[in-house]
Amino acid sequence: MDEEEILREIQTAVIDGNKEDSESLARQAIKNDMNLSEVIEKGYTIGIQKVGDLWQKGEYFLPELITSAECMKFAMNILIPQMQKGKIMINSLGKIIIGTIEGDIHDIGKNLVASLLSANGFQVFDLGSDVRLEYFIEKAEEEDADFICLSSLLTTTMLGQKRFIEMLKEKNLFGRFKIMVGGAPVNRKWAEDIGADGYAGNAMSAVVVAKSLTANKSKKGL
Amino acid sequence: MIKAIRPKFKLLSDDFIVKIIEEACCILEKEGVFVENEEVLNLFKEAGMEVTKSNKRVFIKRKLIEDSLSSTPSLIKLYDRSGHKQFIIGGDQVHFAPGSTAVTIFDHKTQEQKKALTEDLIRFTRLTDCLEYIHFQSTAIISGDVSGIISDCYRLFIGLQFSEKPIVTGTFRVEGFKPMRDMLIAIRGSKDALERKPLAIFDACPSPPLKWSNLTSQSLIDCARAGIPSELISMGMTGATSPVTIGGTLVQHVAENLSGLVICQLAKKGAPVIFGGSPSVFDMRKGTTRIGAIETMMIDSAYIQIAKYLNLPTHAYMGLSDTKSNDNQAGFESGIGIILSALSGINVISGPGMMDFESCQSIEKLVIDNEICGMAYRLIDGISQRDEPIAVDLFKDITQESQFLSVPHTRKWYRKELTFPKLIDRDTYDYWINSRKKSIADRAYEEVGRLIKENPSSSLDKNIRVELKKIMNRYAKDSEISSFK
Repeated sequence: MDEEEILREIQTAVIDGNKEDSESLARQAIKNDMNLSEVIEKGYTIGIQKVGDLWQKGEYFLPELITSAECMKFAMNILIPQMQKGKIMINSLGKIIIGTIEGDIHDIGKNLVASLLSANGFQVFDLGSDVRLEYFIEKAEEEDADFICLSSLLTTTMLGQKRFIEMLKEKNLFGRFKIMVGGAPVNRKWAEDIGADGYAGNAMSAVVVAKSLTANKSKKGL
Repeated sequence: MIKAIRPKFKLLSDDFIVKIIEEACCILEKEGVFVENEEVLNLFKEAGMEVTKSNKRVFIKRKLIEDSLSSTPSLIKLYDRSGHKQFIIGGDQVHFAPGSTAVTIFDHKTQEQKKALTEDLIRFTRLTDCLEYIHFQSTAIISGDVSGIISDCYRLFIGLQFSEKPIVTGTFRVEGFKPMRDMLIAIRGSKDALERKPLAIFDACPSPPLKWSNLTSQSLIDCARAGIPSELISMGMTGATSPVTIGGTLVQHVAENLSGLVICQLAKKGAPVIFGGSPSVFDMRKGTTRIGAIETMMIDSAYIQIAKYLNLPTHAYMGLSDTKSNDNQAGFESGIGIILSALSGINVISGPGMMDFESCQSIEKLVIDNEICGMAYRLIDGISQRDEPIAVDLFKDITQESQFLSVPHTRKWYRKELTFPKLIDRDTYDYWINSRKKSIADRAYEEVGRLIKENPSSSLDKNIRVELKKIMNRYAKDSEISSFK
């Protein structure tokens, strides 16, 4: 396979949600000593953009969207360590810390958001579910993150989002990270009230909000 | 006289039921369930089950499931606050309760949701208390004006004061159980009396797939030991947190319920347990839970059939709607749900009043749903022979001028044969125009005002009220909340 062909195959693998091909093509690209930044940009990213188009058209639903996002993630797990070894700059839209707040072990919504953010060029650190509020901050400082995304499915843990922002203020860290909130009981009004920077009602809009917050660093994405 | 047959809705063949139970047991035995509670893990170990400490996984042998099934009561007698009125949860008895734990209330005047406050919960509870076909109340709304830390207990505190009806509730924190139980004991007078005459049902929701959190497993064992019925609320979302096929979701649903039932029986043999749930189909575009979808109701009716096959008391979330206002969708989703739930013979049906999936209560919808529940009861009463002969006598001496309005037969039977809804539009077109084209929601709004005005608030013995307040204050203090309303 020549390079053009590999890039085309990568796009197809992502669009079809074929995880095995997506991974083996990443290995193939490394073996062929291809420019890995280009492999991501002209292969995987184009693929995921086409998946986004199919979603917009109403042809793709969540199972396709998530499988394609996972294809992308699996390939990145192979490509990024290789790029780091070769000290190749990794283009990322920003570092995102994400997790479901303590007391809450529901994480399907958070997983959707994490997958789509990472498929759309963000570097995502998923802390999982039932995460201590302090740990979000520790991890964000450690990674020098741009965003912290807090998810709550329960009305009870939703209150933790408010507490988290108060905690940031106490630690004089408010304003250092962009805070995005989401989850079934959360709405725009709540996000505004507690002083979050962004709110998203679903995974696709989380990507849009995160991108707009990246583009206008000072503005709010509510 | 020929008696009515009870109309019944069935979706599964016996073969299918047996196969689903078989696969559920197979999963419990071979793959196990996750339990995040040390005490429950120890109970399993003591019962000789294999427990992997590292990932808190328990493998449940078939024998233990069978033993637990045989020690679980097939019916529960629930009593109202006075202890006089009994409700059977078992067989094909049907009882409706408002959906539980909404965070907002729908404001009919602004046609928007607003944060629910204590006064909304009180109004909702008072209204529930006077609705004929809503047999139970529920801790329907979380009061947004009270700290979240004590809100589990606070809802019960309000519910017990403003309604006589048995109550569906549950804990938000492990610490919430004790004060909640103490309140129930305060009503009954003693721990034994509460055990003899349970007043509340506690919901416990496993996290799909196959996981019992620390909070929910603790609730199961605490309730079992206090003789409080636990209602197991499995809530897989097809294709997201449970298999996408209805059959597959049923397997998971049964596995989760059986594991919960085993936990209750390990804590106390003979503990009352209700096989329940709030599963849903997952919207593959919006990522939301389609509670009002027909497929969701199919899952509900099907697992109920399985629970009945196992001779267990039953519960489901039906009669609610995904819509955002009292529109057509609210009516048809709730209507289909209420009718199917009654035809399925579900013992406890949570849902009336609820909209926006499970997050909003509408007091007007509750009144409308009450009328649908009335229709459902009429439907399951069926058609029975009232007279012998059925009608031949009525046609004796018939003339061309004959009518039935003034014959004694009509007067004798019409109140039994017919229902008398208040809100449903059966007026003429002119009347509708003259009454400013009111919708059913407008009429419900007026009816709510009338009911609240005309029905005095349920009164609770002063000493008990003081005791409840003491318990509430203590819980608030222990939770480091300085004051509550």
